[in-house]
Amino acid sequence: MAPQRAVLRRVCRFAPVSTEEASMSESPYPRDRSRPPAQTPLQSYLASNPHRRPDPGTRALAQGLGWFSIGLGLTELAYGGSIARWLGMPRSAPVIRAYGVRELVQGAGILGSGDPTPWISARVAGDALDIATVLPGLEDPNPRKHNVLLALLALGSVTAVDVICAQNLAKAPLAPSEKVKRDYRRRSGFQRPAEAMWGAARDVTPPSDIIGPEAMRPWTLANA
Amino acid sequence: MRALVWHGTQDIRCDTVPDPEIQDDRDAIIKVTACAICGSDLHLYDHVMPGMEKGDVMGHEFMGEVVETGKGVGGSLRKGERVVIPFTIICGQCDQCKRGFFSVCERSNRNKHLAEKAFGHTTAGLFGYTHLTGGYQGGQAEYVRVPFADKTHIKVPEELSDEQVLFLGDIFPTGWQAAVQADIQPTDTVAIWGAGPVGQMTIRSAILLGAKQVVCIDSVSERLEMARAGGAITIDNAQESVVERLNELTGGKGPEKCIDAVGMEAHSPRALEQVYDRVKQAVMLESDRASVLREMIYVCRPAGILSIPGVYGGLVDKMPMGALMNKGLTVRTGQTHVNRWTDDLVKRIADGQIDPSFVITHRAGLEQGPEMYKTFRDKKDNCIKVVLRP
Repeated sequence: MAPQRAVLRRVCRFAPVSTEEASMSESPYPRDRSRPPAQTPLQSYLASNPHRRPDPGTRALAQGLGWFSIGLGLTELAYGGSIARWLGMPRSAPVIRAYGVRELVQGAGILGSGDPTPWISARVAGDALDIATVLPGLEDPNPRKHNVLLALLALGSVTAVDVICAQNLAKAPLAPSEKVKRDYRRRSGFQRPAEAMWGAARDVTPPSDIIGPEAMRPWTLANA
Repeated sequence: MRALVWHGTQDIRCDTVPDPEIQDDRDAIIKVTACAICGSDLHLYDHVMPGMEKGDVMGHEFMGEVVETGKGVGGSLRKGERVVIPFTIICGQCDQCKRGFFSVCERSNRNKHLAEKAFGHTTAGLFGYTHLTGGYQGGQAEYVRVPFADKTHIKVPEELSDEQVLFLGDIFPTGWQAAVQADIQPTDTVAIWGAGPVGQMTIRSAILLGAKQVVCIDSVSERLEMARAGGAITIDNAQESVVERLNELTGGKGPEKCIDAVGMEAHSPRALEQVYDRVKQAVMLESDRASVLREMIYVCRPAGILSIPGVYGGLVDKMPMGALMNKGLTVRTGQTHVNRWTDDLVKRIADGQIDPSFVITHRAGLEQGPEMYKTFRDKKDNCIKVVLRP
C-alpha cells in the first residue's frame, strides 16, 4: 500500500491523508483507542453508551415510547382496580398498580437519559411480564376472555414497536471521535479550498437531451 | 477464485467459486485489482431489492486488468490493459446506446422478460445486481467476465492510481449526472439529501458546476463533516427542521434544485412517518420508503427540478402528486449513463480538478468483505466508503 500511496501523492498533491491510513492497511477497521472496546450484542441492549447515535426516527420513536410509558403508568396507578375488573381478574389490581410504577420509572428513564437503549430494553422485558400476567385470564371460568384477548392484542403490538426500537437503538453507530472529525474535515477532494473550486466546471454544457427542450427552460436563461 | 457471494438477507460470504470463462466473442475476463461496496449493494444485502438468488456474486463498482478477450472484442481491449468497468453493461449498438442513454441499453439484459414484467420495458444489464438486470456475476471477486467488453469499459491513464479512478465506474458519474441533469445555474440553491458516497460526489459536482449555494441534509455527523469539507452548508435533520432551514437559506422561496441521493431505504426524521413506512414495507404494501421524495416535493421551489440518483426498486406510497403537479416540478432520474460522462471526468481527475478518493474511509481485503458490508450498512466505525482489494 505504501509505495502506491507515494505514487498517488506524486501524481496528486491533494490525495487524502488519512490519519488512520497506516493502521487501515493492516486492519479493516482499527479501533479508535480513545473509545472503550466494542460491546457484545447483549451489552449493546443493556448498557448505556453516551456515544450512541440512533437515526432521527428511532430517537423520536424512543421519546414517544417514553411519554407512552408515563401515560400508561399514570393510568395503571389510578385505575388499576378498574383495569383488573375489566380483564375479569380482580385479584390482579395490586400487580397492575405495581406495573404502573414500573412504567413511570421506565418512562422517566427513557426521557431523562442521554441513551434510552437500556430503558427501552427494560420495556421489552416489561412487555413480556405484562403478557405473562394477562395470559392466565384466558383460562376458564373468566367471563371476560374477549377483553383479555383485546389486551393481549394491544400488548403484542406495543411489544413489536418496543422490539423494533430496541433493535434500532442497539445497532446504532457511535458518534465520531474528534480524531475522526479532524480527518474528515480535510477530505474536500479538491486541490484548493472548496470556495476556490466554485464553478471550475462551468465550461460544461448540459446535453439538451438530458435537460429537456430549451423552450421549457427559464426565459431568463433562454434570453441570456 | 474467491468472491463475495449472496446467500440471503444480510448473509454475504467470501466463497470459492468457479473462475469465469469467455462465453461470447465480445466477452473479456478482468483480473480485479480494486472493488468497492456501493450504497446500492446494501439494498441487496438487506434484500429490499427483489431478484437475488443464492450464489450470486456481488459487486458492480470495480476495476482491473484485462487477462483474456473474446474474438469479437477486436482491438478495443488488449491483454494487460487497465480498465474501470461501468456498472451498466452496454452493447453500444442499440438505439438507446446510440443516443447515449446507456443505462437503458436494449440488448445487454439477458433477462429482459423479467425486467419487462417489473418495469414495462427492459433496462441495461448490470453487474451483480439481481436477475431483473441480467443476473450477471459481480466484481467483488478475483476475476469477472465482462460482456460486450469492447464497449463496456473505461480506459484510464497509467499515472492515475486505482483509488483515484475506481469510482468512475459508478458513484462519481452518478453524482455528476445528478448535478448535470439538475441544470444548475449560478443563481441556484441546490439541496442534496444524503451525505453518503453518492451525496458527497454530488456536492463536489454541484460546486464545480457553480451553484450559488449547496446544502446537504443528513443526520450522520461525520458525513456532514465531509460534506462541509466539500463546500456544502449542512443541515442535521435530527436536530433541526429541514423545511424551516431551507426556507431560511433561500429567503422563503425554497431550493431551485433538489437531489435525492438516498433512495429506497430513507429514514424519516419524523417518527410517525418512519413507523408508517416501516410497517407498510414489512407487510409488503410498499417496497420503497419515500420520505426524502415527499420532503423534496414539499420544499422545492415551484418550477424547480428534482433529480433522483438514489435507487428505487418498486412501489412507494403517499406521494404528494398534488404538490408535484401544481408546483410544476420537473423530475429527472435514472441509472447513470456512465460512459456518457467518463471521458470528461477522467480529464478532470487527471487535471487535478478533483480526486474522488477523498471518500474512502475503509480499506480491506476481499476476505473481510462480509464484515465490511455490516460495518458500512450500520455506519459503524464512521464508515463512508469501503474499498476491497481481492
